[in-house]
Amino acid sequence: MKVSADFSALKKTKWYEYAVRFLLGGSVTVVAGLLAKHYGPVFGGLFLAFPAIFPASATLVDKHERQKKQRAGILPTTRGRQVAGVEAAGAALGSLGLAIFAWIIWKLLPLWNVAMVFIVAVSAWLCASCALWWLRKKHWNHSLK
Amino acid sequence: MSAFAALGDVLKPKSFAGLFGAAPSIALATLGLTIAANGKMYAATEARSMIAGALVFFLYAWLCSWLMLRGKLKAMPVTLSALGLWLVCSISIWFLVLR
Repeated sequence: MKVSADFSALKKTKWYEYAVRFLLGGSVTVVAGLLAKHYGPVFGGLFLAFPAIFPASATLVDKHERQKKQRAGILPTTRGRQVAGVEAAGAALGSLGLAIFAWIIWKLLPLWNVAMVFIVAVSAWLCASCALWWLRKKHWNHSLK
Repeated sequence: MSAFAALGDVLKPKSFAGLFGAAPSIALATLGLTIAANGKMYAATEARSMIAGALVFFLYAWLCSWLMLRGKLKAMPVTLSALGLWLVCSISIWFLVLR
């Protein structure tokens, strides 16, 4: 299956569903800052990889897929949790890219310009995540479509 | 954060869209603020711990996937309750290795 974009999905997502994710992410940013202030950067840094947005995203995917099947008259359906489960498998691969992102920030931030480090780290996250997804798809295509 | 969330909504297949569920959106926001307030070395120290957090995220997401696909459980209870596992594992790594 090729990667594609369905922009009509943006219309299906309500404004408050984006707002919830934004608020969750913002809250974790504040909490991570407070924890680093009280317990130091070694402890606070853990929370930079806290899966704050993922539960909301997976729940929305589950809900939207169930609603789609219900509109088609299919009741009850397991489609929602199946799609959310597949999305979680993708997030697992993305998290390995996130570890590479963090490693680059750790090693290069003291040496390079901040903007350059961020660009290199985000590019590395994207490339590593996509490469892992492609490898996973190529070798275990049956379980991750 | 919302941009990464929107990307996750529009992209197909969903296994690919899932990559954006682990986008470094919180890290970029927090590290940017940390650099401005405390400097680059402080932020680099946070990033070192973030490697551990990201590896625990891998375990978290893999477990969520397994429970939803094989355990036949719904997304909300699985993803929220597994956050406890993330906390326990991350704090254990901090206590045993990073501290």
